[in-house]
Amino acid sequence: MLDEALEAYVATAREVGNASSLHAAGRRARRRVEESRERVAAVLGARPSEVIFTGGGTESDNLAVKGIFWARRGARPDRRRVVSSAVEHHAVLDAVDWLAQHEGAEVGWLAVDAVGRLDPETLRAELAAHADQVAVVTAMWANNEVGTVQPVAELAAVAAAHGVPFHTDAIQAVGQVPVDFGASGVAALTVTGHKLGGPTGVGALLLARDVPATPLLHGGGQERDIRSGTLDTAGIVAFAVAVETAVKGQQEYAARVAALRDDLIERVRQAVPEVIYNGDPTDRLPGNAHFSFPGCEGDALLLLLDAQGIACSTGSACSAGVAQPSHVLLAMGADDDRARSSLRFTLGHTSTQADVDALIAALPAAVDRARRAAALRTPR
Amino acid sequence: MRVLAAMSGGVDSAVAAARAVAAGHEVTGVHLALARNPQTYRTGARGCCTLEDSRDARRAADVIGIPFYVWDMADRFHEDVVDDFVAEYAAGRTPNPCLRCNEKIKFAAVLDRAVALGFDAVVTGHHARLGADGLLRRSVDLAKDQSYVLAVLTREQLDRSIFPLGDSTKAQVRAEAAERGLAVADKPDSHDICFIADGDTRGFLAGRLGEAPGDVVDASTGAVVGSHSGAYAYTVGQRRGLHLDRPAPDGRPRYVLSITPKTNTVTVGPAEALEVSDVHALRPVWTGGARPDAPVECEVQLRAHGDVVPATVALDGDRLHAELRRPVRGVAAGQAVVAYRPDPAGDVVLGSATITG
Repeated sequence: MLDEALEAYVATAREVGNASSLHAAGRRARRRVEESRERVAAVLGARPSEVIFTGGGTESDNLAVKGIFWARRGARPDRRRVVSSAVEHHAVLDAVDWLAQHEGAEVGWLAVDAVGRLDPETLRAELAAHADQVAVVTAMWANNEVGTVQPVAELAAVAAAHGVPFHTDAIQAVGQVPVDFGASGVAALTVTGHKLGGPTGVGALLLARDVPATPLLHGGGQERDIRSGTLDTAGIVAFAVAVETAVKGQQEYAARVAALRDDLIERVRQAVPEVIYNGDPTDRLPGNAHFSFPGCEGDALLLLLDAQGIACSTGSACSAGVAQPSHVLLAMGADDDRARSSLRFTLGHTSTQADVDALIAALPAAVDRARRAAALRTPR
Repeated sequence: MRVLAAMSGGVDSAVAAARAVAAGHEVTGVHLALARNPQTYRTGARGCCTLEDSRDARRAADVIGIPFYVWDMADRFHEDVVDDFVAEYAAGRTPNPCLRCNEKIKFAAVLDRAVALGFDAVVTGHHARLGADGLLRRSVDLAKDQSYVLAVLTREQLDRSIFPLGDSTKAQVRAEAAERGLAVADKPDSHDICFIADGDTRGFLAGRLGEAPGDVVDASTGAVVGSHSGAYAYTVGQRRGLHLDRPAPDGRPRYVLSITPKTNTVTVGPAEALEVSDVHALRPVWTGGARPDAPVECEVQLRAHGDVVPATVALDGDRLHAELRRPVRGVAAGQAVVAYRPDPAGDVVLGSATITG
């Protein structure tokens, strides 16, 4: 957590008070929450009343996808189509799947191109055919694996032209690229604390006032009656501090980290010439570098680099921890082997030139070894 | 050394990994995912391939303070152990899947990958001794001794293996786990076959090989004395579950003497007909010294936890012949014959081979 977020958290957590209570302590807590709401709204281009605090990104995504679906289908039962991209985070992907399996939703999965970009024309074609039946469109602002930044404003405009609410999961984007809720034209936007130096377990859904959403959680009627539950005052205060810090520092941060990242990419290419650079080369998150290493298994590379003190990630793991080929890379047209040979390097606030140097020093030998290990898999 | 600790999620492999760290090795923990869909195999807390086991292994690695990964060995395991298990039964033999897993997975696929990735050795929680002399010996805990299922390992495999538990009893291992704060200290031992969830081997085989009704035949008279729904479900020496229509003429119990897949026949007879004094086996592995040219006086064990009998063992090319000092009942093709040299410091594994008859 950022120092300023942690300090704000501790200071607030020491105070007693339920923001829903009417007594003095409650009023003080309420003031902290409302000030935080204003801070988040101000830096993200939203109105305070559009900020709904939640228990994090997964909840915000579920609330947006299921909540808007339920509300709009409730208003018109034939409106039961959900439109989404094939490269979404599982918090969206699995929520959409759940609606299809349990709520009779039809799904329009939108294909992406080889760099993971969703073409607004693809959405236009989908809506031209089905706009009447669509309850909600959801597409992420930036991809968590390959870093590709989507043309969100264009996509939102297409949805708006058809009168369909557009939700975007901007968890990866806030603090990394400019994000303005109002200017983007989206109807709902997910943001979460732990990706930008705030606490884990606190996030928000920015939700335009005219977009109906059925709650996931029923109870005391907090947060516009859309998200019941006693507010986590300390968490919310720390979250707001983190969002504000991240957004205000975004430009300077992005410039510094992108320069490091570009150096990393250039030198990885020199060290391992056959490497495949995944994702959009220009419209991408500043700290993201994603490669496929032909002939290697990503999890073997990860083990070898981890032993050298270098942390990186493969796609995702199943519940037992077995590495699975990334659905994002498969959606981008990669085959199983290329998907399994992939590795993501993420640079952030604490990354330095020395980190990049250490990676480049360790990489060639690691790739060599990983290749030898992978060669053992060939059929006997 | 850089060593890879295979961690099943049980208490033995956790303590073995901890001891490897204490011995000064640079240890990385690996859990082998042996089933694509973990639910398809064992679902209790006593198997070796469930989500609980994966989590238990990870918890142990965290407590020990070593990196931990899950390696997907599901395809290899299925091919080399599960399919082999089914094929062996279909061929009328009685396989030992733990032995096969050691031979093909833990000390082959896993060891090879480990070596390719720069590791020097694999550490496991097997109860067996492997000292500086390179000889594989029985564990001090004879009830837990696993040298029988390790005897199939070659010199090269043993040279890259570390078994830190051989000098300890199971009780000592559990006590040490508790001392080290490992939550698996009281976890029940695994039993049976890890990929047969309910322990019903016959049902497992029937699901894969289908029902194949055939005759149960008396060895002495040649008369059909009963029927079976699949010869593969029987093991030499088996008495229970025969469901014979007619009692033997002398009224004594009958046992499975042999299984003939070609005619789908199970042959039964009296206990003494099971007695075997000559054991023939294939593909010998010899690690207790140089491969002998002359017959060796030693002891042999013919199945896991089976009796040990004095014998003379001779090698001839790809064959091994054991002449037993006293007859043994229930010798099944597909099991291993393991030769031991009695030794006060732990009986030494000389070699092993796969029994053909």
